[in-house]
Amino acid sequence: MPMTPGSTPAVSIAGGAVEIGGRPVLRGIDLDVGEGDFLALMGANGSGKSTLVRALLGLRPVSAGEVRFFGTPLDDFGAWQRIGFVPQRATAASGVPASVWEVVAAGRLTRRRLLRPLTRADRAAIEEALEVVGLADRRRDAVSHLSGGQQQRVLIARALAGEPDLFFLDEPTAGVDLPNQQALAGALGALKARQATVVLVAHELGPLAPLVDRAVVMRDGRIVYDGPPLRDHEAHEPWFAEPHTHHHHAGPSHRDHAPRVASPLDPPNGGVR
Amino acid sequence: MNAIELFELPFMQRALIAALLTGLAAPAVGTFLVQRRLALMGDGIGHVAVTGVALGLVTGASPLWTAVLVAIAGSILLEVIRERGQTNGDVALALLFYGGLAGGILISGIGNESAASLQRYLFGSLTTISVDDLLVTMVLAPAVIFLCLGLAPQLFAVAQDQEFARVAGLRVRFYNVLVAVLAAVSVTVAMRTVGLLLVSALMVVPVATSQQLTRSFRTTIAAAMVLGTLASVGGLVLAAVASTHDINATPGPTIVLLALAGYVIAWPVGVWTRHRARLRAPFPETVPTDHEPAGEHPHQHGPRCGHLAVPHDDHVDYVHDGHRHAEHGAHYDEH
Repeated sequence: MPMTPGSTPAVSIAGGAVEIGGRPVLRGIDLDVGEGDFLALMGANGSGKSTLVRALLGLRPVSAGEVRFFGTPLDDFGAWQRIGFVPQRATAASGVPASVWEVVAAGRLTRRRLLRPLTRADRAAIEEALEVVGLADRRRDAVSHLSGGQQQRVLIARALAGEPDLFFLDEPTAGVDLPNQQALAGALGALKARQATVVLVAHELGPLAPLVDRAVVMRDGRIVYDGPPLRDHEAHEPWFAEPHTHHHHAGPSHRDHAPRVASPLDPPNGGVR
Repeated sequence: MNAIELFELPFMQRALIAALLTGLAAPAVGTFLVQRRLALMGDGIGHVAVTGVALGLVTGASPLWTAVLVAIAGSILLEVIRERGQTNGDVALALLFYGGLAGGILISGIGNESAASLQRYLFGSLTTISVDDLLVTMVLAPAVIFLCLGLAPQLFAVAQDQEFARVAGLRVRFYNVLVAVLAAVSVTVAMRTVGLLLVSALMVVPVATSQQLTRSFRTTIAAAMVLGTLASVGGLVLAAVASTHDINATPGPTIVLLALAGYVIAWPVGVWTRHRARLRAPFPETVPTDHEPAGEHPHQHGPRCGHLAVPHDDHVDYVHDGHRHAEHGAHYDEH
């Protein structure tokens, strides 16, 4: 969506390119996301959606071009409390049990000072984040005991707890059942109502579709469409992407950043639905 | 000599203080290692420290200090290999394991050190701890504990999800190296207690034990520190009491076996509680399907009927013989 002249985009990349292992992956990326936009970044597997988000966040170096947050070049940017990130992960659990509250509280670190206890404002923000995703009654449970969709909501609450104005969500709906997708849509709707800027990477929008006011479609590392929202099937038309063969991500493009292990002696996949 | 007299001996009191501090510090660092799935990192650093000890023995410097320095250098190297390489860190660990151990044995051989003096460090010898060693322990162990607990929110976030931590503005590499250095320091502090070859046990086994029963990170780390202290002090006392009965039990292995005994006790309890929690997890809310009454059902379900009662939406399903029965007026529905 064209921005009103003079306003600073929340995040922008100009002439961006990313190489992985010497091979050009993203080329010629120009994207401005205005404040308050709800943008869906769509495309087939391997089209570079996640890579673009990671490049915007500085998790992947750009080989050309410049990323700016709120007008500040990425290298000079320090106001990370304004950014919320929901990484693409199969699980929120790690090698040691952690309660839902503890994982969400980690999102508050952007605003906490070293060696200081949580303030009242911190606790209130964590509480509110749990309420927004509807997991306040599960706060004492271990995250590994939650379903995949609920764990995804925990990760969203973690990003919410820092009270950012710019959100990046990497495939929050992948492998999540419909009731959880609806809970997610509720949480993102609350964000939109607060005028937050949202960049949502999604393969399919499902219940999130009504929230989106701008769609960007990627194909093979380039932006091929930037405009009003599309319906799911349109984003997968042959002129956008390879013929759509699989809806649910099971392919190798899904990197498992933290294999799910509940306990060394539990049967594989036994603990979590 | 009876046990009371034994604990009045200065060397025994020094050993008790060292065991207490080690038992608190090692599991505190170990929790973050287990959280990163680097449970064997303590072992790798321990092997590297062997080279440090041998250097100290050969050059006449304090083996404790040379071990601290070499272990810190090794742990930073490990972190660099892990970060640069695409492996999960296990290959980096293996490289250090063998390099460190071989280097230590080679150096002490060249320096004509007796095997016995190196062995004191390999398997621990709490009862020969000197006043100087104790003072170093009393400075380093509390420092490790302070940093582990004080920076726990940051260390937790980094170990839980590195990418998120980076976007949150945390200096991930700094915290990674900090954990490695803390691990190196606690390895060398613990080497007099349990020995370099067994040191990882005190870092990992109490954590493995406590996470059988805990649901949150805070209780895991607290319980691990309590269990570690119980194991190290308890193991020392056990070994000392055994020695008054002319049984030559060395403290290091006693401590490790005591810690493992704790795990053996906690494991079935953990398996049982997790199994129970799984059975009682609420059934997911679903769109109601067609109304399907259960067949002949003479049994009256209730809170005390003995069947597994699982919350489902706004009611309770009773589970028996592969069925889920929900009360509906005068009969039961299949859910």
